[in-house]
Amino acid sequence: MVDTHLTILVIDENPVRSAILEDGLREAGYENIVRLDTTQELLRRVFAIDPDVILIDLANPSRDVLEQMFQVSRTVKRPVAMFVDQSDTAMIEASVDAGVSAYIVDGLRKERVKPILDMTVSRFNAFDRLARELEQARTELAERKVIERAKGILMKTRGIPEEEAYALLRKTAMNEKKKLVEIAQSVVTAASLLG
Amino acid sequence: MGPKGDEGVQESEDHASAAAAALVAPATLSGTLLRIGFIPLVDCAPLIVAHEKGFAAAEGLRLDLVRETSWANIRDRVALGHFDAAHMLAPMTIAATLGLGHLKAPMVTPFVLNLGGNAIAITTALADAIPGGPGERPLHDPLAAARAFAQAVRTRAKAGAAAPALAMVYPFSGQNYELRYWLAAGGLDPDRDVRMVVVPPPFMVDAMKTGQVDGICVGAPWPSLAVDTGLGAIVGVKSEIWPYAPEKVVGMREAWAERHPSELAALIRALDRAAAWCDDRDNAAELAEMLGRAHYLDVAADVIARSLTHALVTDTGAPAVPVPDYILFHGHGANRPETADALWFASQMLRWGQVTDDPEAVFAAARRSVRPDLYDAALGRGGTARAAGSVAAKGGFALFDGIPFDPADPLGYLARHAVRAAAPGAEPAD
Repeated sequence: MVDTHLTILVIDENPVRSAILEDGLREAGYENIVRLDTTQELLRRVFAIDPDVILIDLANPSRDVLEQMFQVSRTVKRPVAMFVDQSDTAMIEASVDAGVSAYIVDGLRKERVKPILDMTVSRFNAFDRLARELEQARTELAERKVIERAKGILMKTRGIPEEEAYALLRKTAMNEKKKLVEIAQSVVTAASLLG
Repeated sequence: MGPKGDEGVQESEDHASAAAAALVAPATLSGTLLRIGFIPLVDCAPLIVAHEKGFAAAEGLRLDLVRETSWANIRDRVALGHFDAAHMLAPMTIAATLGLGHLKAPMVTPFVLNLGGNAIAITTALADAIPGGPGERPLHDPLAAARAFAQAVRTRAKAGAAAPALAMVYPFSGQNYELRYWLAAGGLDPDRDVRMVVVPPPFMVDAMKTGQVDGICVGAPWPSLAVDTGLGAIVGVKSEIWPYAPEKVVGMREAWAERHPSELAALIRALDRAAAWCDDRDNAAELAEMLGRAHYLDVAADVIARSLTHALVTDTGAPAVPVPDYILFHGHGANRPETADALWFASQMLRWGQVTDDPEAVFAAARRSVRPDLYDAALGRGGTARAAGSVAAKGGFALFDGIPFDPADPLGYLARHAVRAAAPGAEPAD
């Protein structure tokens, strides 16, 4: 079913995400995949690559550059149109939610493109989930460091053991209805202010 | 001067007799949340001011302002209902209603955010060929500048140089139509003698620096940045090319406007007051600082202030020259959408081959998308029509070349312009 001869252009300033997408498309059997992570001279490069399908991340301001190709124009060979038609708002919604937009060469039947967009949406969503998890892990690590430092400060200044320092931070956080890390941060800030 | 919560009520009642049937009585909204998209440009100011200075809150609205990166995103997210309304280029609601290049989603313009504000900047090399050096640019005479520019382009072409690339922001934009009109009036064919390209506003200056484009037509503050960085000179301004013309608007789905008359009227009233605040020169410094903040435009306040004080530096190092009414947020009846303006945009869509439908259908879409009735319903006579004395007030108007645009006969207007896109059938194949 997969139309392996389609040339697919992926425009994404995030090279990691576009590499993940390329992998997915190759696994699905697509062979002609070109990735651009910069949008300089975009129209000329798109013209040279001559893609059948263009996938672009929504955070990319150069979407407006592609939109120009909808217009009757002598500067590009083949006008490109977004493949979703009016019955397809669910599809466009899924792609916008995932943060990607798709354009295809005029006349390309959308059944040929649907698996590509499905793959793109799922990979973009997966990347987003991974990025969020990574961010969360980073935050947790940073928080743990702050808590460790606050514990150390309390142990030193009040001469109490580690468990007691931790219990003190927790109790204060509960009393003040704040997060443990916020209390720890204020201990660290106060300590640096007081020298 | 601060917003007064009951001002809208008072005004509306005062003029109830004038617009009895249509007036939307202010409802008691308490903190209704509206999500509104914007692009970082000076002319999104009334939206930001409505939020920051409490004009929206005074109407019972909370605004969630979301910065976007492209007009295509703005259009899609309004069409999908992610945004209740958005900062849009004036022709966008017409294009969306016609379904040009995208799914058809009827959109309406109930409020104009500003008149003017765009400028044409070209590289120093090209600008040198235009008479009137630094500080003496004939900004008040776009025709003279257009003819001189055309001459410079022809001279370059004879010497074997490639056609200059000129950047604008979006196919359905005042910038595109104004630049094309200006080029054509000077004797150039915008589709043959130059290369028109879209460049997102924040990339304009970079595109000039790297030599990708030879000129830009874009809203403040970007042309001024091109001058500041020594790359180019400002040789034309929208306020002289098409005086008192709408630039950005608030656009939304037609269906949203129909379903939320109270919220819409409250938004229009809040924006009306915010726009008046923006136009007050006494507020220019505060406004420039507000817009310049990192989460809005993220541009130095003094560059923004220049456009707000109607004085532009046209050439690097030259003193600022006054540009009367360079950008208007409220004066001259700026905020009331006018059908004549929408018909002019529609005429340019036809002129440049962006739409090949029956012209009457295109004009009908323009009439459908521009909604002075919604503006009037919110403000009654508290709102102001385009100022008497300004050409638009008489129903028709003319751009700098003096050819009158009669909204009753837009096709007649088109017939008077020799330079236009070839019929689609005549388009060269591959």
